[in-house]
Amino acid sequence: MSDPRVNPLLRVEGLGKRFGGFVALDAIDLVINSGDRLGLIGPNGSGKSTLVNCLCGTLQNEMGTVTFDGRRIDGLIAHQRTRLGLARSFQLPKPFRTLNLIDNLRVPLIYTVNARRGHHLGEAQIVDRCEELLGDVGLADKARRLPGDLTQVEMRKLELARAVATQPRLLFADEAMAGLSPSEVEEILAVLFRLNEQGITIVLIEHIMRAVMSFSTRLVVLVAGHKIADGDPQEAMRNPEVERAYLGE
Amino acid sequence: MRPSLFWLLAVLFGVAFVAATRLWIANEYYYFAAYVVLQYIVLSTAWNILGGYTGYTNFGTGAFFAMGAYSSVVLHKLGGVPLPVMMLVGGVVSGIIGLGTGYLTLRLRGVFFAIATLAITIVVQTLIVNWDYVGGSRGIYIIRPANAPLGGGYIQYLYTLMIVLSVIAVGIARTIEHSRLGLGFAAIRDDEQAAEAGGVPTLRLKLIATTLSGALMGMAGAPLPYYVTYMDPTSSFSLSYAVNAVAMPVIGGMTSWIGPVIGSILLGTIQQVATVTISSALNLLIVGLLLIGFVIIAPNGIVGLVRSWRRKRAG
Repeated sequence: MSDPRVNPLLRVEGLGKRFGGFVALDAIDLVINSGDRLGLIGPNGSGKSTLVNCLCGTLQNEMGTVTFDGRRIDGLIAHQRTRLGLARSFQLPKPFRTLNLIDNLRVPLIYTVNARRGHHLGEAQIVDRCEELLGDVGLADKARRLPGDLTQVEMRKLELARAVATQPRLLFADEAMAGLSPSEVEEILAVLFRLNEQGITIVLIEHIMRAVMSFSTRLVVLVAGHKIADGDPQEAMRNPEVERAYLGE
Repeated sequence: MRPSLFWLLAVLFGVAFVAATRLWIANEYYYFAAYVVLQYIVLSTAWNILGGYTGYTNFGTGAFFAMGAYSSVVLHKLGGVPLPVMMLVGGVVSGIIGLGTGYLTLRLRGVFFAIATLAITIVVQTLIVNWDYVGGSRGIYIIRPANAPLGGGYIQYLYTLMIVLSVIAVGIARTIEHSRLGLGFAAIRDDEQAAEAGGVPTLRLKLIATTLSGALMGMAGAPLPYYVTYMDPTSSFSLSYAVNAVAMPVIGGMTSWIGPVIGSILLGTIQQVATVTISSALNLLIVGLLLIGFVIIAPNGIVGLVRSWRRKRAG
C-alpha cells in the first residue's frame, strides 16, 4: 500500500473556472484521500456544483489540474472519468424516464462496468446486479416501474443507485437530500455510510448541516469560488471566516 | 423474439410479399404506388433511428434522400453501374454527409438542431442547383435501362429493390432497439448528462445514429432517378419528404421499430389514395391534420395507444 499522503485518490491544484467575466472557481486546491467522507458546503452560488461538474467532466476547467489516482484527468470527457471510477449523482435527479428502473441501472453496468478491462457481466448477471443495487436502496419491488412512478426520496435513491452501479472509487453526492423529511434524510445517510464502509470515498455536497456534520470526517467550505476552510468539521465551523459567510458580520 | 429469428421472419415475409404481388397484381400503377409507401417505410425508419431512439429531430431528410438520388444521377451518367451498387454508393455518400452533419451540429439540442438540419438541406440543394453536370436547376432526364433484371417491367424491379431495402432498414432498427446501442440511444434521449455520467460515450453514439440514419435515407433515394425519370432540385429536395419522415413515426409511435412502419403504411396509403381520388395538392394537408390530431389525442402514436390500452386491460 502506498502512503495516502504521497498518493491521494484525487488531487486538485489551482483549479479555476470562469463563465464569461464571472469567476465561479478561483485557484481551488483540494486533496481527497481514499476512504474519506468529505463534506462540501457553502452558500448558494458559492461554486459547489461547479466544482463537482469540473471534477466529473460535465464542465471543463480552464485553469489548474485534476489528478485522479495518479493520472491527469482534466480534459477527459465525462464518460471517460466515470469509467476511471468517478461517479456522481445530480442535484436535480435525472432518471432515464422512458426506461424502467432495471434498465436505468443497466446503462452504467453495460457502458461503464462492462467497458472496463477484465469485466464482462452476462445478461443474467446484469439483471441480478440491478436487482441487488435496487434492493440496497429499498427499491426492489419497483424494479419494473418507470421513474415517473417514484416519490422524491425514491428518485434520489435511484439517482444514488445509478451512480453506485458504475462501481466508483469516488462518489460525489450532490444535494442528495434536498427537500427530504428528517427520516428520509436518515435513510439516505444510512445508504451513504454503508457505501463508505464498502470502500467508496464519498464527497457529500449538502445544505442540511445536521446531515453534513454527522457524516463528514472532514469539511471543506467554499465561499464565492474560494476555499476558505478545510479540515476537522467542528473546527471548520468555528472558523471566523465561515461564520461570517454564513451568519454575516 | 431473438434478433436472428426476427431477421429470418422479415426476409421470409419480404420474399412472400414480392412473390404474391408479382403473381397476382399485373396493373403497373399499384407498383408505382407501393414503391412510394415502401420508400417512406425506409425514410421514416431511418428518421426514427435518430429522431425516435436518440431524440434528435431531423428536418433534413430531403437532403440525405436527394444526395442518394443525385449520386445515382452521377453514376448513371458515368454509365454501366447496376442499381444495387448505386444504392450502396448513395448510402455511403449520405452516410458521410450524416457523419459530417452530426459532427457539426450535435452540440445543438432540441429546436436548434432541427433548424440546423433544415439549413443543411438548403446548403446541399444550392450545391446541386449550381452543379451543371447533374442538370443544375434545369433538371435532368434519366432514361431507364430497357431491360429489368428480374423479369417483368422496370417498376417491378424498383419495387422489389425497395422491399429488400425496407426489410433491411426495419431489421436494423429492431436490432438496434434491443441492443446495447439502443439502450445508449435511449439514455441520450432521456438525459444526455446523466448518460455521460453513466459512462455512455454520447458523441460517438450520436454520430453512429446520424451516419446510419443518413445512409439509409441515401439508399432510399438512390433509385429515385429511375422512378421519376426526371430529376430536378426543387422536387427531389422537397420539404414533403422531411415532413412525412417526421409525421409517420410521430403518428405510428417513435419508441418502437413498428411505429414508423405503421405510420408509413397508413399515411403513405392515404396519400396515394387521395392523389388519385381527390387531388395531389391535398396530400400535405392530410398529413398536417393527422399530425395535429395525433399530437393532441395520442402523443405517443398508435403504438402508444395500443400499449396504454393493453395496460388498462391488464389492470
